[in-house]
Amino acid sequence: MAEAAVPRLARGMRLRQDAARDGRWVVLGPERMFVPDEIALEVLRLVDGARTVGVIVDELAARFAAPKAEILADVTAMLEDLAGRGVVAS
Amino acid sequence: MIDPPLALLAELTHRCPLRCPYCSNPVDLTRPGAELDAATWARVFAEAAALGCLQVHLSGGEPTARRDILDITRSASRAGLYTNLITAGVLLDAGKVAALAGAGLDHVQLSVQDAETASAERIGGYAGGHAKKLEAARLAREAGLALTLNAVVHRQNLDRLPALIDLAVALGAGRLEVAHVQYYGWALANRDALLPTRAQLDAATETVERARAALKGRLVIDYVLPDYHAERPKACMGGWGRRFLAVSPAGRVLPCHAAESLPGFDFPNVREVSLRAAWEESEAFNRFRGTAWMPPPCRGCARAEIDWGGCRCQAFALTGDAAATDPACALSLRHHLLADAVRDAAAAGADFTYREMGRVPGGVA
Repeated sequence: MAEAAVPRLARGMRLRQDAARDGRWVVLGPERMFVPDEIALEVLRLVDGARTVGVIVDELAARFAAPKAEILADVTAMLEDLAGRGVVAS
Repeated sequence: MIDPPLALLAELTHRCPLRCPYCSNPVDLTRPGAELDAATWARVFAEAAALGCLQVHLSGGEPTARRDILDITRSASRAGLYTNLITAGVLLDAGKVAALAGAGLDHVQLSVQDAETASAERIGGYAGGHAKKLEAARLAREAGLALTLNAVVHRQNLDRLPALIDLAVALGAGRLEVAHVQYYGWALANRDALLPTRAQLDAATETVERARAALKGRLVIDYVLPDYHAERPKACMGGWGRRFLAVSPAGRVLPCHAAESLPGFDFPNVREVSLRAAWEESEAFNRFRGTAWMPPPCRGCARAEIDWGGCRCQAFALTGDAAATDPACALSLRHHLLADAVRDAAAAGADFTYREMGRVPGGVA
């Protein structure tokens, strides 16, 4: 996924809080649900169909005071994995 | 402490214009007059969300046969549940689909009976149905809804699995569920006409594996190997009373949609008790929870908490004892029943006993 791509949750995918289980965040979709790990959750909360991959990376790099290149590689790999599983589209 | 359920199957009605011979509804279908009203369903959805359910499957029968399907959908969505509609699609039109999307529907799961029209309509027992389904798929996509194509597969359509996969792609489905028939109720009565051969199954499995690789990122394919050709049973519903509950059209709370047919149970009813009381306290839900109820060879088996003894309904259908080890397990002394059935089916014809209200398969009613 290129830096200029604009990822969004794929059709029918929802990121919601699970009130009955300590308010953890869950990804819900057709016949499935999973609990994203902390890093995936940070990325998914920025996936809004408006921010580009580059903007998401900038925000995370600033928040975690980490080198941008490193974050870019991690975020790209994660988004491509989520796209392969039908969770994210661009 | 009993873990809360993750999903609720809401069987809104047993009415359905289709007559599929493998229908998962019980043989003894509920009459429309006994169905729960929309207000009761709204309460059930609120209770389900409070209990911990994240998803609801609005199903049937055909859920859109209910005139109040929009109110029911809205109340499910407002309860905070991810709302799925499990439909045959033949009663939908553009106005209804748009209204369902507006009511908060998240996902449509549309059934097709085959990729080829004449065969699809013979299996579903409904002339003109296939074209209506294709149109329903288009309307769902147009309304911005996520779409799953559900193909129940068996001996009489499995050879067209490649065409079913092509159809899912052509319709813009994000997901395809290739569901082998499960043999209890109506399907058990039609088992001889439906059981696939081993060669068909192996070809299908290879087809799915190839398609998954070729369509990665475009189409998710869910596929589970059928019990009749398996060596180990499935953790049916993820285990009895562990993750899932169903409410029947008449309000009975069930650990799975087929459990109503098991004898010797007093299933709780939402007209009388809360969903939480049914889940946590009822004898019916507690009977097969955990491993203490298990007979040998399940008892002490290393897989006891992996497959939870398999499917109670299949155990009852094949052995007459709902507490027996599922014969799908090679360790069951009655595992041979499955191979016997496959052999018998290979020599049998293709005629169906169609699912109809008031009909008793194998009987004279």
